[in-house]
Amino acid sequence: MKHAPFDYGSGFPTLLRKEVKRFYKVAFQTVAAPVLTAVLYLMIFGHVLEGKVEMYGHLSYTAFLIPGLVMMSLLQNAFANTSSSLIQSKITGNLVFVLLAPLSNLEFYAAYVLAAVVRGAVVGLGVFLITAWFVQPSFAYPIWIIVFAFLGAAILGSMGLIAGIWADKFDQLAAFQNFLIMPATMLSGVFYSIHTLPPVWQTISHFNPFFYMIDGFRYGFFGVSDVSPWISFAIVGGFFVAVSFASLRMLKTGYKLRH
Amino acid sequence: MTSAIAIKGISKHYGVLQALDDVSLNVHEGEFFGLLGPNGAGKTTLISILAGLCKPDQGSASIMGVDVQSTHREASRMLGVVPQELVFDPFFTVRETLRFQSGYFGIRNNDAWIDEIMANLDLTGKADSNMRSLSGGMKRRVLVAQALVHRPPVIVLDEPTAGVDVELRQSLWQFISRLNHDGHTIVLTTHYLEEAEALCQRIAMLKQGKVVALDTTANLLSRFGGTKKHNGEAVDLEDVFVHIMSGNAA
Repeated sequence: MKHAPFDYGSGFPTLLRKEVKRFYKVAFQTVAAPVLTAVLYLMIFGHVLEGKVEMYGHLSYTAFLIPGLVMMSLLQNAFANTSSSLIQSKITGNLVFVLLAPLSNLEFYAAYVLAAVVRGAVVGLGVFLITAWFVQPSFAYPIWIIVFAFLGAAILGSMGLIAGIWADKFDQLAAFQNFLIMPATMLSGVFYSIHTLPPVWQTISHFNPFFYMIDGFRYGFFGVSDVSPWISFAIVGGFFVAVSFASLRMLKTGYKLRH
Repeated sequence: MTSAIAIKGISKHYGVLQALDDVSLNVHEGEFFGLLGPNGAGKTTLISILAGLCKPDQGSASIMGVDVQSTHREASRMLGVVPQELVFDPFFTVRETLRFQSGYFGIRNNDAWIDEIMANLDLTGKADSNMRSLSGGMKRRVLVAQALVHRPPVIVLDEPTAGVDVELRQSLWQFISRLNHDGHTIVLTTHYLEEAEALCQRIAMLKQGKVVALDTTANLLSRFGGTKKHNGEAVDLEDVFVHIMSGNAA
């Protein structure tokens, strides 16, 4: 027998299914816990600030906060999915099974990132469904909600892939998460409109790509945002292209994967 | 004779360590080939290059005529590798692990072959057990099964019987010998030289990244077979190995 008697297809669907099943098997940790965290944020900040702050001149603070919390949870969990999967597989050594297979770099990238999008969407939806009990939701432009949710999760999934490949130890990954991802999401307008900030911080916020993800996402709910959704789309889309290119470049060169 | 594996002038270094130094060898199609050497000789590096896990500094390698660098994806379909380390994914069962491995190669509806592999490796009773719950020997069997799910014509086993009990070693060699009999090319690295002597038709010995011996098992033994050991026993592969590694050319 010279050649294996199979009609080969793509390995992409299996790798995607495996990555989704991986977080599903520990859903209490990967889905329920971040939903609870977001609900706690809503209850605490909503309780303290509701009735004291009005956003965009007409929105209650709780209504304003919900899309931000949904997007923050979506982004952080998309990042966590790729980064934790890759670092665990690298440290335990089982990544070799994926590297031995005839997967293209694009298949590898797409499977990991789409699984991150799925987890981000599941967590984001969970947060939204529970927080919807607090305020009647509105959907001004649902297409923008979907576009920014997908792009945001794909960007953070890609950043998780980069971090997971780069990090050799869990504490390096934690540093990436705690000193880059967490501040960038927390300071992106989840809890406030940047128009309430001093001018210098408004300027700095405009250099944070996470701000455009959340601002564009929020526009989909209320039809109001700090900047035009088209500007946000252009910046977020450009950022997605940049992190995708960087991810695929790492895979092509075999950086820290193929010595 | 067709080469299942062709390695030409492969060199590889890690920093100042020369892991492989101008290694060239061919493994014939259908052969049971032994790759022997002390720890650090370069065996695993050579296997990693064949598997596309490692890039050579120079030289080339092909599997069934397919270059492992320029056409990695095609070459990987021709090769099944049993890694030396006991690695596994703790999230999944044995059956899930094998289905996923099959799917990575783009093979769907492969359950009949997966069931056959599990039966041959005595894994059927553990099919729905989580990988974490398996003993070391059972995990080793799963590694062998993972290497076989895509029915590769060339199978590389990197110390597959390290830390494995006698019963598994016997059943594993029976199964691997049957695969070899069916036409699969087998490359084996092992520190159990009696296994290599019994199974391998040809043997290459590596020392400090260089091939220091390459011949049929029979020829290697016959070169030293004229002399018996002082206790009267016949010379075996271990004696040949020690002789060659101590610096005497074969």
